[in-house]
Amino acid sequence: MSFDYNFHWRPVFKSLPDLIWAGMTTLQVAALSMLIGIVLGLLLALVRMHGHGSYRWVATTWIELARNTPALFQLFFFGFGLGAFGIHLAPFYIVLCGLSFNNAGYLAENFRGGLQSVPHTQVRAARSLGMGIVRTYVSIVVPQVLRIVYHPMTNQMVWAVLMSSLGMLVGFRELSGETQFFASRTFRIFEYFAVTAVLYYIIVKIILGASRLLAWRLFRY
Amino acid sequence: MIEIRDVHKWFGKLHVLKGISLDVHKGEVLSVIGASGSGKSTLLYCINRLEPIQSGSVRVDGVDVYDRKTNVNHLRRNLGMVFQQWNSFPHLTAVQNVMLAPRRVLKKSRSEAREIAVRQLEHVGLGDKLNNYPSALSGGQQQRLAIARALAMEPSYMLFDEATSSLDPELVGEVLDTMRLLAEEGMTMICVTHEMGFARDVSDKVAFFHEGTIEELSPPQEIFNNPQSEHTRKFLANVR
Amino acid sequence: MSATAPTATFFSSFSSKDLLFLGEAALNTLQISAISIGLGTLAGLIFGWLLYEGKLWATLTLAPILDIFRSVPLIIQLVLFFNFAPIIGLRLDPFQSGIIVLTIYTAALVAHVVRGGLESVGEPLHRAARSLGMTYWQDTFFVVPPIALRAVFPSWVGVALGVMKDSALVSVLGYVELLKASQILITRTQEPFIILLCAGAFYFALSFPVARYAAYLERKWAV
Ligand SMILES: Nc1ncnc2c1ncn2[C@@H]1O[C@H](COP(=O)(O)OP(=O)(O)OP(=O)(O)O)[C@@H](O)[C@H]1O
Ligand SMILES: [Mg+2]
Repeated sequence: MSFDYNFHWRPVFKSLPDLIWAGMTTLQVAALSMLIGIVLGLLLALVRMHGHGSYRWVATTWIELARNTPALFQLFFFGFGLGAFGIHLAPFYIVLCGLSFNNAGYLAENFRGGLQSVPHTQVRAARSLGMGIVRTYVSIVVPQVLRIVYHPMTNQMVWAVLMSSLGMLVGFRELSGETQFFASRTFRIFEYFAVTAVLYYIIVKIILGASRLLAWRLFRY
Repeated sequence: MIEIRDVHKWFGKLHVLKGISLDVHKGEVLSVIGASGSGKSTLLYCINRLEPIQSGSVRVDGVDVYDRKTNVNHLRRNLGMVFQQWNSFPHLTAVQNVMLAPRRVLKKSRSEAREIAVRQLEHVGLGDKLNNYPSALSGGQQQRLAIARALAMEPSYMLFDEATSSLDPELVGEVLDTMRLLAEEGMTMICVTHEMGFARDVSDKVAFFHEGTIEELSPPQEIFNNPQSEHTRKFLANVR
Repeated sequence: MSATAPTATFFSSFSSKDLLFLGEAALNTLQISAISIGLGTLAGLIFGWLLYEGKLWATLTLAPILDIFRSVPLIIQLVLFFNFAPIIGLRLDPFQSGIIVLTIYTAALVAHVVRGGLESVGEPLHRAARSLGMTYWQDTFFVVPPIALRAVFPSWVGVALGVMKDSALVSVLGYVELLKASQILITRTQEPFIILLCAGAFYFALSFPVARYAAYLERKWAV
C-alpha cells in the first residue's frame, strides 16, 4: 500500500441507513443498560452503606469487580464465562448484561457519594415536620442526590455508548458490529470506520446536548 | 402542656440527660441556657422523639411521646422545630419549602397550601422573597424561612434550638424579633438560646442546664439578678 | 475477530505452559500500558496547560480535536488508525499502532483532567503568587504545579488505570495482550472459567490497590 490509495465512499453512503439503524440499536442497548444500572446501582449503594454480612460483601465485590477489570473482560465473562456453565446468552444479552454490570458498579459509587453528601440535618428537618421516612426520601433526599449524581450519570451514559462498541467482539450487530460486517464484505475498512466514528461522535454530542437541556429544566437552584 | 418526667438519655456510654423533669404550660415561653455540650439540644430532640430515651417519660397534651402506639409523624405536626444549622431545603423555593409539609403531610390542596405558605412567609417578613431559592437568601432570612416552614403546620408548640447562633451578629436581631413576635402572639415556646437579653425579656421561665441536669429553674428576674447556684453564677459571669 | 462461544467441557487441558503463555501476555499488557500512559501523560500535561493558558486559541483548535478522542470508542480509533497508516505510507505493526492510539487517547483524557485541576486551583494561586512579586514563569513552575498536582493526581490515577484496562482493546489489531491470549487459550483448551479467572485476577490485582490508594490520598488531601 502507498499514497495512491483510492477512497471509495459510495458503498458506505449506500449502507448509511443501515448504519444509522445500527446506531439506534447502540442507543437502545446503552439506554436499557443505564436503566438497569441505575436500579441495581442504587440497590448496591444502599446495601454497601447499610447492609450486613454477606449482602454487603456481594455488593462490595460487585462494585469493585466492575470498576477494576476491563469492560471487555466483563463482556467475555457473560460470553465464554457463563458458557462454562452451559449458559449461552445471545450476543444482545451478553452486551446488555456486561454493560449493566459495569454501569451498576460505577453508578453505585456515584450514588453512595451523593447520598453521603446530603446532610443528616436535612432528614431531621423533614422528620420534624411530620414527614415519614419514605416521604422524606422522595421529597428531600432523592432530588438533592439527583442533582449531585446527574453529571456523573450523563458521563456514564456516554461511557455506555462507547462501551457498547465492544459488541462487535462478541458478534452483536450494533453500530460497530454492523460496520465491521459491511467493512469485511466490501474491504473498505477505513471508509466504513471513519463514517462510524462520525456517527458515534454525533450520538455522544446528542446525549450531552439533551442532558444539558434537561438539566437546565430540572435544576433551577 | 409538655410534661417531662425524669428523662435519662445515653449516647453509648455518655450520660447526656440525667433525670430531667420539666413542665411547660400553654402560652409559656421557656428559655434553656447552659454551656455547650450540656445536653440542651438533646432535650429538645427528646420532646419530638427525634432521639430515643432510655428511661422516663415525655407527654405532650397528655399523649405519651414514647408510647409505641403513638404516631410520631402525627405528634410532630404539633411541635414545630427550628434548628441551629439552617436547613432550608436547597432544591425548593421559599414558598415551596413552606408548602411542602402542609401539602404532603396535612394533604392540603395546592392552592390552600400556597395560601398558608404565603401567609406565614409574610408573617416572618419574607413576603417579597417567595420565589427565591435558599441560596439567594441570607442566613437570617433562611432562619426565618425555617420558622415559617414550621409555623405552616400550625403547631401548638415551637422548639427553637439556638436558632441564632450560627448567624452573623447583624442578622441575629431580625430572627429574635420574629421569635418575640411569636411569643407576643401567645405561642408556647421552648428556646435553647445563648441570647441572654432575649431570655430575660421574653421568657416566663429560664432553665439553666449543667452537665445533663437542670441546675436552676426560675423566672428570668430571679435567675439573672440572683442566681442560686454557683454554676449558674459562673456561667452568667462568663457570657456577659 | 469474533470468537464463537465454546462449549463447556470437563476435560482439563490447561497446563503450566499455558500459564506461561498468559504470563507473557500479561507482560505485554503491562508494557503497552506503561509506555502509552507515560507518553500520553507527558503530552496530556502539555495539552492541558495549553488549554488552560491559551484560552481562546486553544478552545478553538486543540479542545475540539482532543474532544474527538473522548467521544469515539477506542476500538474504532484503533481500527481506523491501523487501516489509515498504510494509506499514508506508514508500515506499523499492531504493537506500534496500539501505542500511538493509546498515547493520543491517554493524552486527550489527561489534558481534560489537567485543565480541570489547573482551573480549580490556578486563578487564586496565580493572583496570590503574582501579588508576592513572583514572575509569571516562577509561579508557573514553582507555585502552581505542586498544588495542582494534588488536585489532579487522583483523577490521573483513574485515567491511567482506565487506559491499562482499555489496552485490552489492542487485541482487535491482533496484538496478543492478556485478554487476547485468554481468548486464544479458551478456544484451544475449552477451559473458559479458569482462564478468565486468571486474567481477571491479574487486572484486579493491579487496579484495585492502586485505586484504593488514590482514593485514600484524595480523602487525605481534601482536608
Ligand atoms: N448523635 C450523637 N451521638 C453521640 N453523642 C452525641 C450525639 N449528639 C450529641 N452528643 C453528645 O451529647 C452531649 C450533649 O449534646 P447537645 O448537642 O445536646 O449539647 P448542647 O447543650 O446542645 O450543646 P451546644 O450548645 O454546643 O449545642 C455532647 O457531649 C455531645 O457531644
Ligand atoms: Mg445544641
